[in-house]
Amino acid sequence: MYDIGNIYSAKSVPDAISALQADPTALVIAGGTDVLIKIREGKYAGRNLVSIHELRQELEGVSLSSDGDVEIGPLTTFRGCTYSEVIRATVPVLGQAADTAGGPQLRAAGTLGGNLCNGITSADTASTQMALGAILRVQGPGGVREIPIDEWYQGVGKVALGPAELLVKIIIPKSHYEGWTGHYIKYAMRNAMDIATLGVSCLVKLSPDKQTVSDLRLAFGVAGPVPFRCTQAEQDMAGLSVAEAARQIGPAARKEVNPRDSWRASRAFRLQLAQELSQRAFLEAARKGGAAL
Amino acid sequence: MNVEILNCIVNGRSVEVAIDPRESLADTLRERLGLTSVKKGCEVGECGACTVLVDGQAIDSCIYLSLWAQGKKILTVEGLQDDNGELSNIQKAFVEEAAVQCGFCTPGIIMSAVEIVGSGKSYTREELRKLISGHLCRCTGYQNILNAVERAVNEAHKFVGK
Repeated sequence: MYDIGNIYSAKSVPDAISALQADPTALVIAGGTDVLIKIREGKYAGRNLVSIHELRQELEGVSLSSDGDVEIGPLTTFRGCTYSEVIRATVPVLGQAADTAGGPQLRAAGTLGGNLCNGITSADTASTQMALGAILRVQGPGGVREIPIDEWYQGVGKVALGPAELLVKIIIPKSHYEGWTGHYIKYAMRNAMDIATLGVSCLVKLSPDKQTVSDLRLAFGVAGPVPFRCTQAEQDMAGLSVAEAARQIGPAARKEVNPRDSWRASRAFRLQLAQELSQRAFLEAARKGGAAL
Repeated sequence: MNVEILNCIVNGRSVEVAIDPRESLADTLRERLGLTSVKKGCEVGECGACTVLVDGQAIDSCIYLSLWAQGKKILTVEGLQDDNGELSNIQKAFVEEAAVQCGFCTPGIIMSAVEIVGSGKSYTREELRKLISGHLCRCTGYQNILNAVERAVNEAHKFVGK
């Protein structure tokens, strides 16, 4: 038995929003793989919940819009993301990142929306969505608005959701993925059922001859209080040859990350990981893009 | 206390049961329906001992609220034997490969194996390792467990091939 105050099962998105307006203290529960654990450990003990678990009709699934944007319903599970034909065809790196979270049972329950809304830095899909420049559509009492993921994270566990607002769509514009290839690396103590010590997602767009980096995206989890992009390193790598970028990306990333000491790993180790893994992620992304390496 | 009525299909049978909306599916299956193959280990979705299939997908029933099971199909180890009490091929594979030590993790892993075998695909040993990575066996008998899952998958293919 969970120490839950009361739980309201929302019938629709507007119904969930009204329920959250009626009880501003209530927490939204979707897949449950984060909220229930925090109830169990006491952090959310006794809280009231608004469950959107059963709003799959409205909020689950991945589709392609008429202009080729990838539209992900926030109730799409990690597993649903990894096995989605649309994801495989457009942003396979996101499916790959989703496949590293927890274990198989957790991936069948935890959702992509939850992974963003709880605002944690170790969220396995967050860094890739940062790199992809996802647009987050939220709906609340005031209507619908869209928030670029760069403006999403406000602090540890805090995101740009206003009172009674729900994330209703994750959009990856076509121009953000077309011509790009990417790779995500999760470093953890175990190969499964573990939280990332550090996660890095690198996206690269190569020149037509596959020799030069036309553009690059580099985003981290657990290298700072929230997931973030190394925008300076991204600018510095653009225009370099693939080989030169491979030499420079690690040291460049190391200058921009700001990890902390925690019981999982020291700051020094995370700095080393950021340097080493950004090079590895870059090389793999470039290889997927057709660079001869 | 609030009471809700849960209607779902458990091991092929329609079930109507009064639940507390705060309880997990593991609680309901064990305490109200007597399905004690569903083990409560960590109760935070890490050990996999409580794994059951919900609409064909393996999930940790300890972090799944019972009220979400409304109208769904639940399968536990109790639903695997045939009408004569004969063990399923997957259960037999666990017996044959001595994949059971204390047995606490076994029902959960068998349920993951049911989904794996039911997919009809074949897998490398590495892929199988990943597919059962959501289970902890504190007797650490992983090799035999992997052998059993592999055997169950291979036997299913043999059966399909006949």
